[in-house]
Amino acid sequence: MTSLTLRLLNARGSVSPVVAFMVGLGSVLGVFMLLQLFNDPEIFIQTLAKSLGLGSVYAIIALGFVLIFKATQTVNFAQGGLAVAGALFLSFLVADDHIPFTTISNPFNDIPGPSWIGWGASVIVAMCFAALLGLVIERLTIRPMIGQPLFSVAVITLGLEIVIRVFNNDAVKIEFRSLEVPWGVDGFRIGDAFINWSTMAAMITAAIAFVAVYFFYRSRTGIAMRAVAFDQEAAMAQGIDVGRVFAIAWAAGAVLAMIGGVFATQPPVRQTLSVEPETATIAFRALPAVILGGLDSATGALLGGLIIGLAEIFAGQYAAGEVGWLGAGYPLIVPYIVMIIGLIIRPYGLFGTPEIRRV
Amino acid sequence: MLEVANLEVVYNEVILVLRGLSIEVPEGEIVALLGANGAGKTTTVRSIAGLLDIHEGDATKGSITWNGEDITNASPSHIVEAGITQVMEGRRVFAELTVDENLATGGFTVRDKAANAASYDRVMELFPLLYDRRKQTAGYLSGGEQQMLAIGRALMSDPKLLILDEPSLGLAPMLIEQIRDIIVDINKQGVSVLLIEQNAMMALSIAKHGYILETGKVVMDGEAQKLLADEDVQEFYLGLHGEGGERKSFRDVKHYKRRKRWLS
Ligand SMILES: Nc1ncnc2c1ncn2[C@@H]1O[C@H](COP(=O)(O)OP(=O)(O)OP(=O)(O)O)[C@@H](O)[C@H]1O
Ligand SMILES: [Mg+2]
Repeated sequence: MTSLTLRLLNARGSVSPVVAFMVGLGSVLGVFMLLQLFNDPEIFIQTLAKSLGLGSVYAIIALGFVLIFKATQTVNFAQGGLAVAGALFLSFLVADDHIPFTTISNPFNDIPGPSWIGWGASVIVAMCFAALLGLVIERLTIRPMIGQPLFSVAVITLGLEIVIRVFNNDAVKIEFRSLEVPWGVDGFRIGDAFINWSTMAAMITAAIAFVAVYFFYRSRTGIAMRAVAFDQEAAMAQGIDVGRVFAIAWAAGAVLAMIGGVFATQPPVRQTLSVEPETATIAFRALPAVILGGLDSATGALLGGLIIGLAEIFAGQYAAGEVGWLGAGYPLIVPYIVMIIGLIIRPYGLFGTPEIRRV
Repeated sequence: MLEVANLEVVYNEVILVLRGLSIEVPEGEIVALLGANGAGKTTTVRSIAGLLDIHEGDATKGSITWNGEDITNASPSHIVEAGITQVMEGRRVFAELTVDENLATGGFTVRDKAANAASYDRVMELFPLLYDRRKQTAGYLSGGEQQMLAIGRALMSDPKLLILDEPSLGLAPMLIEQIRDIIVDINKQGVSVLLIEQNAMMALSIAKHGYILETGKVVMDGEAQKLLADEDVQEFYLGLHGEGGERKSFRDVKHYKRRKRWLS
């Protein structure tokens, strides 16, 4: 946080009125939250857990956006399609016991012992599938566009999103495909507050994903990716294969999308435990988190996700009396309002790099 | 040995920039390539390094041979692996990465950990200053330090041929001398050097052979010492005997006999 404070201060050399306003608003909200904690601790704890769970799912998806943006300088609008494709694949493995469009059964379902072992193995298979899907898409549609206008590449990913969605919805016929997790909708209680295991799983997964990305950035390949992000030609001059960096980013981005897609079918995002056409919207719901945090920052993805999650769920829980006239869907616009305020203060996102260089 | 023969390079399919350029860098030597702004020096480097593509450039004629292998259209990574690296014009260090990470990018093509460590030690011996700053973000280094980092980064792939594109650009005279000495040291370690410069005095003082480039063609070449002594070179590139007034092109110098060595 200190670096954020520093950056906010550095912007104009002194505390700007906007920052002062935000700090003021933050303290008012803090006092409000404290009041709620004493007023009704159960509801408060439940709301907090829910918001951190949702924020974690946003953060996972956001990390996928960031990885791909970092390497290729384009927002991958196909993340939603990829999320559903991956979740669907897992759903076939665990619920239908076969690989989609084939009669090959899933050998992991026959593993003796507790069912979560086979389930975990299926998740790993689905992650491999997602990575492969990312690789194929990158090779066919993104690689030929290296060095071409970034806008065209972004529009290609938008086209991909439509194609993948239509394929998911019509060729695979999603409707409501069950996607069971070993712990179902079970949970635990703190006092009277009920918290789903899925919520905890989302938080743990987001933490693992963040740490993984952190260490990846410091690995040989990760350093190469950051070099490509900063100056593609200079990276090429070092013998770095830009195509391979793109491929790795897309594979990792697709895996994160798939994991996000699976969580998008579970509490606190959804209670149905099934993949639906609507699951794809999770990527667009996570977009404000990515933009708020900064498109090229992993830290931004994590904090952006959590901030948006908090704002959305707390507004839904406590603001119904004041803005309920907007209709039941009003919490869904909160992420955008927070994003806009964030962008006004820092146009490149809280942790984004102001100047993104390219060849 | 690097041989560039009759190279013609076109940008955007219409802008002819290199018009039959021929140069040679024999093993173990320092060769200087001199020329004014826009003569095509950087384009020559891009051609050798396989970086024309991303500039919409194309080698339409001629060839580039490296120790007998035709590398005219090879990929940048292949060329680095084959032993040719460049220190790019304007340094181009990765400002957001640390010094160590910058060096790591230079060693990207080297898979052998021990070889990487050896290259790292060699760079740190050449540039002890970098060692103190190894965890620092490269963007905060001074211009001279960044140039050293750029050279160190290029050495991380343990090249047989090092191409330096205007390493003296924007540096104070004392730093230029330092860089010059370092180039000599690197050459003594067995690395051939193609030194591209506008600072003809600096380049010719350490080179064995020199080429003078004008609008995409070699207009003069010879032993560096002879070039240094040449009246026309002195007039046009060293600013000696300058009468001021009208700037003549090298081509206009009447008594100058063009040696078309690439036609022999
Ligand atoms: N990507 C490009 N597209 C079109 N023309 C280009 C491109 N790059 C360079 N040129 C042109 O090619 C010519 C040679 O450029 P080059 O950069 O090779 O010169 P240089 O000798 O390195 O000059 P300097 O000393 O200024 O670095 C110039 O006229 C330049 O305008
Ligand atoms: Mg140049």
